[in-house]
Amino acid sequence: MSVSAGRDAKEDILLELEKVESDIVEVALESPVQSLYGGHIRALIQRVLHESGVTGVWIKAKDAGALDWVILARLESGLKRLIPGFRKNLAPEKVWDFRPQVPRDHMRRSRLYLPGMQPDLMTGAALFQPDGIILDLEDSVAPSEKDTALILVRNAILAVDFGACERMVRINPLPAGLGELPALLDTDGVDTLLVPKAERAEEIGQLARYIREYLNRTGNARRIWLMPILETAMGIWKACEIGASCDGICALAFGAEDFSKDIGARRTKQGTESFAARSMLVLGARAAGVQPIDTVFSDVDDEAGLLSSTKEAIGLGFEGKGCIHPRQVRVIHDAFRPEEAEFRWAVKVKRAMDEAHAAGRGVVALGSKMIDPPVAARALKVLKTAAFYGMVPEEGGADE
Amino acid sequence: MSDLLVNAVGRRVPTEANGKMQVPFMGVGAHRPKGNKAGVPIPSNADFPKDKRIANLRSALELSGVRSGMTIGIHHHFRDGDLTVNALFDTLADMGVRDLIFAPSALFPAHEPLIRHLESGVIHHIEGSMNGPIGRFCTHGRMRGMGILRSHGGRWQAIQDGELHIDIGIIPAPSADVMGNANGVNGPSACGPLGFALADAMYADKVIVLTDHLVPFPNVPWEIPGMYVDYVVEVEKIGIPEKIISGTTRITKSPTRLLIAEHVAQFIEEAGFLGASFQAGAGGISLAFIQFMARRMRAQGIQAPFARGGSTGLLVDLLKEGLIGYILDGQSFDLDGVRSLRENPRHIATSPFTSYNYHSKGNIADHVGVAVLGATEVDLSFQANVVTHSDGLLLHGIGGWQNTLFADLTILAFPLFRGRIPIVVEEVMTVCAPGEMIDVVVTERGIAINPRRRDLMDRMRNSRLPIETIETLREKALKICGRPAAPVRDLIRPVACVKWVDGTALDAVFLLPE
Repeated sequence: MSVSAGRDAKEDILLELEKVESDIVEVALESPVQSLYGGHIRALIQRVLHESGVTGVWIKAKDAGALDWVILARLESGLKRLIPGFRKNLAPEKVWDFRPQVPRDHMRRSRLYLPGMQPDLMTGAALFQPDGIILDLEDSVAPSEKDTALILVRNAILAVDFGACERMVRINPLPAGLGELPALLDTDGVDTLLVPKAERAEEIGQLARYIREYLNRTGNARRIWLMPILETAMGIWKACEIGASCDGICALAFGAEDFSKDIGARRTKQGTESFAARSMLVLGARAAGVQPIDTVFSDVDDEAGLLSSTKEAIGLGFEGKGCIHPRQVRVIHDAFRPEEAEFRWAVKVKRAMDEAHAAGRGVVALGSKMIDPPVAARALKVLKTAAFYGMVPEEGGADE
Repeated sequence: MSDLLVNAVGRRVPTEANGKMQVPFMGVGAHRPKGNKAGVPIPSNADFPKDKRIANLRSALELSGVRSGMTIGIHHHFRDGDLTVNALFDTLADMGVRDLIFAPSALFPAHEPLIRHLESGVIHHIEGSMNGPIGRFCTHGRMRGMGILRSHGGRWQAIQDGELHIDIGIIPAPSADVMGNANGVNGPSACGPLGFALADAMYADKVIVLTDHLVPFPNVPWEIPGMYVDYVVEVEKIGIPEKIISGTTRITKSPTRLLIAEHVAQFIEEAGFLGASFQAGAGGISLAFIQFMARRMRAQGIQAPFARGGSTGLLVDLLKEGLIGYILDGQSFDLDGVRSLRENPRHIATSPFTSYNYHSKGNIADHVGVAVLGATEVDLSFQANVVTHSDGLLLHGIGGWQNTLFADLTILAFPLFRGRIPIVVEEVMTVCAPGEMIDVVVTERGIAINPRRRDLMDRMRNSRLPIETIETLREKALKICGRPAAPVRDLIRPVACVKWVDGTALDAVFLLPE
C-alpha cells in the first residue's frame, strides 16, 4: 500500500510513503537544495520516524525548498494516511514570540487570505503588513486535502513569524469545522476564527461554548474571537441575531461570491446585486455592537477599482476589506486614510471641545454650529485614525 | 598544479593560470601595470580589396590562418538567440584545430553544445564567463585549462595590457557592408549596440564580420568601422530575434521582489540620491526599482542627468518623459531599446571601453550615482559573490557587475533566502567584490548599511525602513531556513580564477567533486 502527501510545488515537498517488509526506514530524496540541506532533511525524517516508533516504511520525497515545519506537516499527513491509528502530532517548536492577543475591537482594515495548502505564500505574508492574515481551510482547499491543510496550517501558526498581524483561520462550515478546533486551539496562537456560511445564531453560540469548554479543559486562558461570514440570504436576514449570539464575536464579514449564487444573481464589479445585503450587514453588525467587514475584491490587477470599491465600503460603514493578493493591502490602507479636509475638520472640533472643557462649558460649539456628542465622537475617531497614519495638523491650520 | 598565494582579501589564488603569471589582488586601485598597451600588426590598404566578402566562414578562418592553440574572441549581443558560436566551433572541429582558447564576452544556455568541444579538446579553456552547464563542467574539473572569469571592463583591460591576445575576432553583425562597417540597430536580427565587439575589432590580429543583412556602402552608423575588418561573410541567418531580446525585461510580479524594489527606491530617496544618475539592469529587482524611483522623481519634479544601462522599454519611456537626460547604453534588452537607440539622439551607444575599462583615463562607471545589483551571496564583511552558489557550483558570469560597483551608492538587493538557501552568509564562497565596494544590502526582511559608510548610517538614522545590522539579517535567515551544510571542495585544485577589474586575481573557484 502506498499513499502520498504534500505537493510538487515551490517551497513544498511531495512525499510518497509505502509500507515495506523490513524493519528499516528508507528515504529517497530529490531536492534542489540537496547538497546544502539534503543531509538535514533525511536526518529530520529519520529522527521523527524513530521517535514515533515507525519502521518498515519507504519514503520517496520530492522537495522544492520546503522548510522544516512544512516537511513535518507533510510527513505527519503521510503517516496518518498510511498508518490508521497514527496519532502523533509532528509540530515544530514555537520559535517566534507571539505578540499579546489582539483586543476585540482590533483594527481590521485588511485581512489577507492565504490558501491552506500553500506554504510558500505563508512564509512572507506578514511582510506586506495586512492587519490580519487568514489561513484558509475552506474554499481554497480541495475536499480531499482538508486533513493535510489543517496540519500545515497548525504548523504555520507555530513556526511562521506573522509579526503584528492578527492570526485568523477560516474553518470549514459547521458542523465539520468543529473537528478542526482542537488542532488550532492547541497551538495557543490563533486570535480569531472565521466561520463561513453562518446562518443561525444558535450554531455560533454552540461553537463559542465548545471553544470555551475546550480551552477550560486544556487549561488555556486564551480568548478566541469569532468572525461569522454571512454569505447567504438567510445569514444576511439574521445579521443582528448572529452578531449578538455571544460576546466573543468581533465582527461580521460579508461573502459576495456565495451570496450572489444564493440569491440567483451574477456577481458584478459594481456590486449592485449585493448592495442591499451589505447595507443590512452593516446595520446588523452595528446594532449588535460588532465590526462590519466587507468582502474581497477579486480583480488583483485593478488597483483603481479596488480603491474605489474600498472607499465605497467605507462610505457604507464597513471597517475592513478582504485581500486575495499582497499587492491589495496597501491600496486598502490608503483608502482608509482620512481625507485632508476631514482631518482638518476633526482637529477643529477637538480644539473646540478642549476649549469648552477648559472653560467648564457643557456645550461645544464650532463657530455658530453646535457639536452634538455623536459628531464629537466621530471627530475623535478620525483623529485616532489620522494619528495612526502619522498625519499632523499644519501650523495654525486649525484656526483658519 | 598551480601554487596558491593569499591575496589582500585573504583568499588563496593561483600564481599561474594556463602558463601565465597571475598578480594577486592587492587592494582596490592599488595595481598599476607599466609599459605600453598592446598593439596589432601594421596593415596596408594595398592588401585589402574594396569588397572583402568571402564565400563562407570556413574559408575566412583558413585565410585568417587559424591553427591549434589560437585564441578566438566573440561578443554576446545576440544573447540566447546567437547562431554563430556553436556553428563556429563545429567548423573549427571539422578543420581539425585543437586546444583553442575561447574568449567570449559572455555565454548563454544556447551554448551548451560547446561541452562536446571542451570534452574533445577542440577548446582548451574559456576566458570570459561560464554559465549553467558549462560552469558546472568547469566546477567539476573537467575543463583542460583553468577558466578565467572577467568582467566586461576586465575583458578590455586584459586585451589592452596584453594578458588576453585575440588571434581571430569574430563579429556577427545585424547589418554590414562590403567594407565591414557594421552596426546592431538595423536588419532582421537587430540587437542594439555592438560595443562588446569593439575590442575584438581593434585588437584582434584578424577580424571576420558575419552578417545576414548586407547593405550597400556606407552602412551607417558604423559602430564597428570597416577599417578594422579583414573579411566579411554573408550567412543566411545570424540570430533568433525573439531570443536576442532577453526574457528578463518584464517587470517582476513577485510581491516579495516588488517589496524589495520599493525598499530600494525609498532608501535612495531618504539617503539623498533621488535625481542622481543610475545604472539600469534587466532582471527582477534592478528593473523594478526604477519604476518606483521614477514615481518618486515625478512626484518631486526631479530629473536624473543620465541612466547607464541596459536599455529597456521602461527606460526609454523615462527618457521620452524627460525624467532622465540621456541613456548611455551598453546593451539593449528589448526592441524598444533598439528602436530608441536608432532614433533618439539622447540615446547613446557605449562600449565597455568608455564605460568600464581600467586602462583608460577615467570611465563612465565612476560618474554613476546609484547602482542596484543582484548577487548570489553577500557576507558579514559585505564581500559579495556573483559567480558561484553556496553549493560551490559556478553558474554565472561576472558581466558588468564588478564594473558598476564604482557608483557613489552601490546597493545589493535580493530576497533574504532563495528556495531555502540564505543569501546573507558568514563568508562568501567566492569573492567577486571586496567588502568596501558594497554600501547597502536590501532584502524584504531588513536593510543593512556597510559600517564603512558612516555618512549613510547618519542619514538613515531616523528612517522608518527596517535598518538592521548584516549580522541580524544573517540570524533571521538562519532562523527561517536552518543552517546549511558546507560543500566539500578540493581546496588545492582551483578550476577558475576570478579577476578583479584591474586584472589581478581576486579569488578562485575550486574543484567540486561530482
